[in-house]
Amino acid sequence: MEQTVDQSFEYSAGHGPRTPEQSRAVRKKILFVTLLLSVITIFEVMVGIFYSQSHVSANTWTIIKWMYIVLTLIKAGYIVLVFMHLGDERKNLRTTILLPMVLVVYLIFIALYEGEHLLQYFQDLMK
Amino acid sequence: MAHSATIEIPSKQLWGGGTSPFGASYGKLMMWFFLLSDAFSFSSLLIALGYARHVHADSWPLVEKVFHHFPFTHAHLPLLYVGMMTFILIISSVTMVLAVDAGHTNNKNGVLFWLGLTVVGGLIFLGSQAWEWYTFIVGGEGVMKNVIVDGVPTDILVQGANLQYNEYGHTAFADFFFFITGFHGFHVFSGVVINAIIWKQAADGVFEKRGHYEMVEKAGLYWHFVDLVWVFVFTFFYLL
Repeated sequence: MEQTVDQSFEYSAGHGPRTPEQSRAVRKKILFVTLLLSVITIFEVMVGIFYSQSHVSANTWTIIKWMYIVLTLIKAGYIVLVFMHLGDERKNLRTTILLPMVLVVYLIFIALYEGEHLLQYFQDLMK
Repeated sequence: MAHSATIEIPSKQLWGGGTSPFGASYGKLMMWFFLLSDAFSFSSLLIALGYARHVHADSWPLVEKVFHHFPFTHAHLPLLYVGMMTFILIISSVTMVLAVDAGHTNNKNGVLFWLGLTVVGGLIFLGSQAWEWYTFIVGGEGVMKNVIVDGVPTDILVQGANLQYNEYGHTAFADFFFFITGFHGFHVFSGVVINAIIWKQAADGVFEKRGHYEMVEKAGLYWHFVDLVWVFVFTFFYLL
């Protein structure tokens, strides 16, 4: 089959005429993600107000901290995959964009580990 | 062509020329690569923040004790203002999705309406941030601190914040506040400018003539990224 040079607009995920059902499905998805992001944000603010770091035990704070991180990653996932349509893109593009973020995880690990060590080091110096 | 992106193509044909291997146009692909590099910039800033917090854990302030102001009231309302700013940005992100969606069906009026609302949302966010900076810089009652003035350590009443010292805690706290929210705020500002330009072009019928609204989608990617960054700033600067 003869290969033709493709038109860039054809790549836009979800481009082109739609049936009313398809339109409704798209709207429904956007509404769902909007509600989810709002509810998570309101929940986070509520937890921040009623369970402030100064009033809860260290263990509780650790749980709250990890809960915040997980909720943030959920929010980020929905924004990137649905709002930015990365979920509708080809797998090679998805991998190209998401895989390098592994480096960030590594940097978080070494930076925080180093930071904690330095704090300990300075405190020992002061003794 | 609504589902062209999901069709599996053999890799020899995919990379043999004449077709886009990523199933994305040049402009969109470059926007994604730019956003990836920008994601690294913001990650570095937030990781540096985490590093400084761990090193200065003994003099780092509790963030909810710093940000508890709300316009037109003196009540103690921690996090509420920032939560509201987050909400504004999320809503402007939703209007952007709807603008991109209107672009997919070549609906010019839809694009103009939703993109216009996105610009308004961005401006409201910038205004909120200006108020937050103002409150932070002016500060409250202040604390006595031993700081270096003209090279001499002196006891002075420190109120609010600047880059040398602040009443809240370690110097790095205010520095990171200014740098991270400032860098993000500049991204919001450029996003508003980009969206406004795209709005003007859409109003002039540039995309109608071109036959597609992919430019709205590219601007949308940038705008969503700005929202995405704020989600992380909100968590790692204000909540943790």
